[in-house]
Amino acid sequence: MSTREITVTVNGRKRTVHVEVRRTLADFLREDLGLTATHLGCEHGVCGACTVVVDGQTERSCTQLAVQADGREITTVEGLAAADGTLHPVQQALRDNHSFQCGFCTPGFVMSIYGMCEEKKAGRPVPCSREEIREELSGNICRCTGYQSIVDGAEAALAGADGGDS
Amino acid sequence: MKPPVFEYVSPATLDDAIAALSAPDAGDVKVLAGGQSFVPLLSLRLAQPSLVVDINRIDELASITEEAGVLTIGSLVRQRQAEHSDVVKKACPLMAEALPFIGHTAIRNRGTIGGSIAHADPAAELPTVAACLDAELVARGPGGERTIPAAEFFTGFFTTALAEDEILTAVRVRSAGPGTGAAYEEVARRHGDFAMVGVGAQVRLDGDVVAEARIALSGVDIAPVRASRAEAALAGRTVDDSILEEAAQAAVADLSPSSDLHGSAAYRKHVAGVLIRKTVATAAARARENR
Repeated sequence: MSTREITVTVNGRKRTVHVEVRRTLADFLREDLGLTATHLGCEHGVCGACTVVVDGQTERSCTQLAVQADGREITTVEGLAAADGTLHPVQQALRDNHSFQCGFCTPGFVMSIYGMCEEKKAGRPVPCSREEIREELSGNICRCTGYQSIVDGAEAALAGADGGDS
Repeated sequence: MKPPVFEYVSPATLDDAIAALSAPDAGDVKVLAGGQSFVPLLSLRLAQPSLVVDINRIDELASITEEAGVLTIGSLVRQRQAEHSDVVKKACPLMAEALPFIGHTAIRNRGTIGGSIAHADPAAELPTVAACLDAELVARGPGGERTIPAAEFFTGFFTTALAEDEILTAVRVRSAGPGTGAAYEEVARRHGDFAMVGVGAQVRLDGDVVAEARIALSGVDIAPVRASRAEAALAGRTVDDSILEEAAQAAVADLSPSSDLHGSAAYRKHVAGVLIRKTVATAAARARENR
């Protein structure tokens, strides 16, 4: 069994661990670190449930190996809320808009919308209209809501992401 | 849905990567770039290599340069990085138009230009762009570097002219000059899904007359297809509805797509014709604005 020692920073905490080279980043987060909020739906990059932020950008954690995360900084949905439990504005916006039913896909949606908000703050072009938000979120699959309430939540989160001129 | 056991190396230089690929005991070795197709293939165990050579640490493969009218994009440049590059937008507008059709943001943040081309999915965007522009694919192996024209690179379904011990290092295209416009369109079930049919078109105008038209299609054969007869039909003509129809018909007559659960052959041919008319018209309009 081929293993490597890697050092990764996950949700602000630096860890050095041994991983099997065939371990995906998603399985590493869930099985080795116990961060089970990152969900696995399809395990081949289609459903978006495993979306995390790596070095400031959204990426699928099921389509990369844990060993490739050596030296990188990862944020999972567990890393968004404040230490006292106050929800991140994206989480609050989704909660306010009832943007979930069973919740399985929610971590992926939260991270994708968080990524969009961060891009907006960085001054990059991001989706504005509901149609564009739907396009952007088409990489995340939800089987319950019909997406209406998720788009509502994303719209609210994006509106609040720059101090609010939109 | 878990990758099989394999050995793994992540060299920091191209020379070390090629040495790993060409080692006599390398066995069934595969190159890992962005991994957006390859890691799923591992998880599905459609790929079961003995050794994975991860090229993500080879910084020399990750630059975009334009020199003397030639745009060179390193194979490890992320799709999202190219999408936001002003150099790419100006020198290779067709690629800039095609990139947003690839997967989703989280996929393009990781997926690479070279990885998509070397994977050679006949429904994918970047192989179609490479074929359309007669790109040069630069490959390095133990014997040195060679340049492969796109027309000879895509040899079939997920198959390229790359040897087992070669790495695609860069894509080269001639920079688009003034009077050039490009458009990319595709029809897929959802945004980000693989296209049933995709079309890339680039038009260079001389006055109102087409000096050069380039058209390539994805999803209609085992590799990207150039619509040579449509290109010839457009050359020297002024773009209007009747010439667009003539070009589309010429292109579609040469196609023999297969039917599958996503769409019948007849439907694919119909869509190909519609998209050729649409992309050529848009490319010509953009060429007019870009004089």
